[in-house]
Amino acid sequence: MVSLSINGLLVKVPEGTTILEAAKKLNFRIPTLCNHDDLCVAGNCRVCVVEQLGGKTLLAACAVPVNEGMQILTNSLKVRAARKHVIELLLSEHRADCTKCYKNGKCELQDLSNEFCVGDHLLLDLVNHKNFTIDMFSPSIQKDDSKCIRCQRCVRTCEQLQGVNALTVAYKGNKQKISTFAELSMGEVICTNCGQCVNRCPTGALVERTYLDEVWDAILDPEKHVVVQTAPAVRVGLGEELGLEAGNRVTGKMVAALKRLGFDSVLDTDFTADLTIMEEGTELLTRLKSVLVEKDQSVRLPMTTSCSPGWVKFIEHTYPEYLRHVSTCKSPQQMFGALAKTYYAQVRGLDPKDVVSVSIMPCTAKKYEAERPEMRSSGYKDVDVVLTTRELARMIKQAGVDFNKLKEDKYDSIMGVSTGAGVIFGATGGVMEAALRTAYEIVTGKEVPFKDLNILPVRGIEGVKMASVRIEGCKDEWKFLEGVELKCAVAHGLVNARTLMDGVKNGEVDVHFIEIMACPGGCLGGGGQPIPTNEEIRRKRAEAIYEEDMSLQYRKSHENPEIVSIYRDFLGEPLSHKSHELLHTHYTERERY
Amino acid sequence: MKEKFIRRVDLIFEKVECRDIIEKIMQMDPDAICQEVLDSDLKGRGGAGFPTGMKWRFASLEKDPVKYIVCNADEGEPGTFKDRQILDEVPGKVFCGMAIAARAVGSKSGYVYLRGEYKFLIPKLNKALDEFHRLADEFNLNFRIQIRLGSGAYICGEESALFESIEGKRGEPRNKPPYPTKSGLFNKPTAVNNVETLVHTVMIMKYGAERFKELGTKDSRGSKVFSISGDTPRAGIYELELGMSVHEFVEEFGDGDTKAVQVGGAAGFCVPRKKFEETIIGFEGVPTGGSMKLFNSTRSMYNVLHNYLDFFTEESCGQCTPCRVGCQQLLKGVEAVKRGEKNSRYLDELVKLAKTMKRASKCGLGQSVGNAFGSIVENFKEEIIY
Repeated sequence: MVSLSINGLLVKVPEGTTILEAAKKLNFRIPTLCNHDDLCVAGNCRVCVVEQLGGKTLLAACAVPVNEGMQILTNSLKVRAARKHVIELLLSEHRADCTKCYKNGKCELQDLSNEFCVGDHLLLDLVNHKNFTIDMFSPSIQKDDSKCIRCQRCVRTCEQLQGVNALTVAYKGNKQKISTFAELSMGEVICTNCGQCVNRCPTGALVERTYLDEVWDAILDPEKHVVVQTAPAVRVGLGEELGLEAGNRVTGKMVAALKRLGFDSVLDTDFTADLTIMEEGTELLTRLKSVLVEKDQSVRLPMTTSCSPGWVKFIEHTYPEYLRHVSTCKSPQQMFGALAKTYYAQVRGLDPKDVVSVSIMPCTAKKYEAERPEMRSSGYKDVDVVLTTRELARMIKQAGVDFNKLKEDKYDSIMGVSTGAGVIFGATGGVMEAALRTAYEIVTGKEVPFKDLNILPVRGIEGVKMASVRIEGCKDEWKFLEGVELKCAVAHGLVNARTLMDGVKNGEVDVHFIEIMACPGGCLGGGGQPIPTNEEIRRKRAEAIYEEDMSLQYRKSHENPEIVSIYRDFLGEPLSHKSHELLHTHYTERERY
Repeated sequence: MKEKFIRRVDLIFEKVECRDIIEKIMQMDPDAICQEVLDSDLKGRGGAGFPTGMKWRFASLEKDPVKYIVCNADEGEPGTFKDRQILDEVPGKVFCGMAIAARAVGSKSGYVYLRGEYKFLIPKLNKALDEFHRLADEFNLNFRIQIRLGSGAYICGEESALFESIEGKRGEPRNKPPYPTKSGLFNKPTAVNNVETLVHTVMIMKYGAERFKELGTKDSRGSKVFSISGDTPRAGIYELELGMSVHEFVEEFGDGDTKAVQVGGAAGFCVPRKKFEETIIGFEGVPTGGSMKLFNSTRSMYNVLHNYLDFFTEESCGQCTPCRVGCQQLLKGVEAVKRGEKNSRYLDELVKLAKTMKRASKCGLGQSVGNAFGSIVENFKEEIIY
């Protein structure tokens, strides 16, 4: 332990603790900008400088570990002068058109400038004479360099959490900027659209592309029938944008709010999550049969999931030779879209051209996914508009709906019934768990051998998780699986996905089924979820997801009564011709930059 | 060219038989080598002036089996060109100095980080390096040196940015601590020394610490190689004893009309005529990595300052706020004052800003911008305003 004094108060902390953390123990908040719980220390912004008695220079509290006997001042004259200067300097190279900014009210630089009253600052303006263009080439992410304060959180996110390196620092000195390979647009580079950078950008430099007006126009158009689907993770995140603590489940209130916004039908992506399990589970079993029994060399194992569009784009760029390992199932969002304009329209007696399908996602990559040319199997654009959790909260505010006072409501039908298996898609390991619950039962007729169906080994925040289930007591048609140890791997965050895929590539990882989610924590930590994010917040959201799972009547996808009826009335059986037409897709090899 | 160099002291360029030095250090205890260098009071010749012996002692105390010796030959300070001459004339001595460091610290691997513009030296250096490696083998000194070229960024002369550059990354300074002696190149204990410093250690090994201490003053022992340029009839490279006043220096090298001397390059201080007598060139006064630039009365100190600020604005690595934006503000600020868009009091605001840069910047670059700025603005205010 190391003892030191901060502002005259003594504190003892373990060796290696930073001054910032030590001050926190004494309830002194030191302002930060470039620092982020999920990322390595940068020490770039210098907002967190503190004075060490007897020191020549000030110290960056986020970067400097404590020393025995250190005497630190966090609010001395020197510190105040320097901090104010740093904020003024940042503002001088930041286009501070706050009232017009998408991040107005949610900007960390704005908060600091408020705190330090630098409204009438003295320094020269360095930004407004420069010619900045806003990069709007990506359907998911908008990049505005005039708002950038070079804290490099985005660069560290892209490198350390995602291993993608789409964003990088270019040039030096006054020309330094955050850029991409060969300064290509965000729409042309290896970016997976995961939006983790958006979640961590302290200002309005990186934000999601927003499509609120398109949705309002559709809702307010009497000719249009607007259906909305809500992804599993949205219900455990939305509350945070509307004044609630992390970890609150707001499913019923969210449904009530969506109805008040004027959507014609409020439906659940969880339904198509269940459908994904039916299709993907069957695909896995079919692949196992082809490989183990028929010895078909053209069929690839391990099979990986395809629900996460960030992961799909990542593998298209990074491991194109493994594309045949990816399940051909569309993501739940896209399955829903394809069915909304076919099955749903048919049952409800609607002309599909009048159906507008909107999805609420915890994700920015879903915006890109909806734009993929192959996602038009209904004959129309399957999903017309994708909104993030944050955008939905904004709609609710715009409409003047008092969210927290709403009475809980229920999803409409059809395609509104879901199971616990569909809900846990929102957490890392969830797809795996849901798939095992169903596949095991298809093969053996018995429930998966875990207490309360909770497959704990695939849950949790570990980057790469391994699990296996021994299959015993197979039905006759699945006898070839008798005694087989079904081996699975789960990864979340693309840097972990890379570790896992490299393991597969060099033969160290030998499994049958792999679940990969692009974002840390799975969809609940998605790029469209409320800001801020950190491990603690993601843990609370995950707890809420598993609570929701336990609270539902059905917890296995194949028990969902609407799933039973869609196969009976419309699709036939999993992997049928119609399923293939509407619910399955193909992938594209992409360049590595 | 060479005839022009007047060397008041001739240690650095003195031809030495490296074989003798290596033979000697192989018989010495590593700790004794550290002690000898410590006893000499040799301070780093790159400009920062950290005691070399202490640096080596710290690195030698680290337990890691892998340690590195790095020779900083990125000589990028405007107005310095002495390392180029040293590498050109006595490259063997530089490698020999690295061998002494390696022996003292316990390192098997060294790097020379050579300024990109000095690429032309490579054939000569490689030849000397082959010779050195043969010599090392002969005396069973397990130490190999590689040469790495910089790409023209001033910041890569900062030791931790230099490591990043050698590691193949963007040259940006790291947070300190940890210091290089604990975690430097490839996160291993590293002793990084300037070219000239290493050559001094060769001479200390040859003649002993006592002889070294005969030259110079209490705070600035020994001699130093100066790169003298500007308004002087005798521009060039001179090895001079430390401890002279700027007045003495100007008497010797000035053109009779010297108005100011910039000591230590862009990162150094500007000494005006009225302070020539009282200012000592050395660690007790104005330290220098070797750059001495003389300005006579025909020069506009506004232009001089503008030139330096322009340089820093471009050469800041850009990662930390005070340096990246501060440099731009100082530059645009003096321009605005010159044009009359801001009144003269704005200079006081800028001086305060420069102080913040000095205190809050991440590395030596941002911390030293205020040196030239403060000293020029303080002493030549009228020239900046009018």
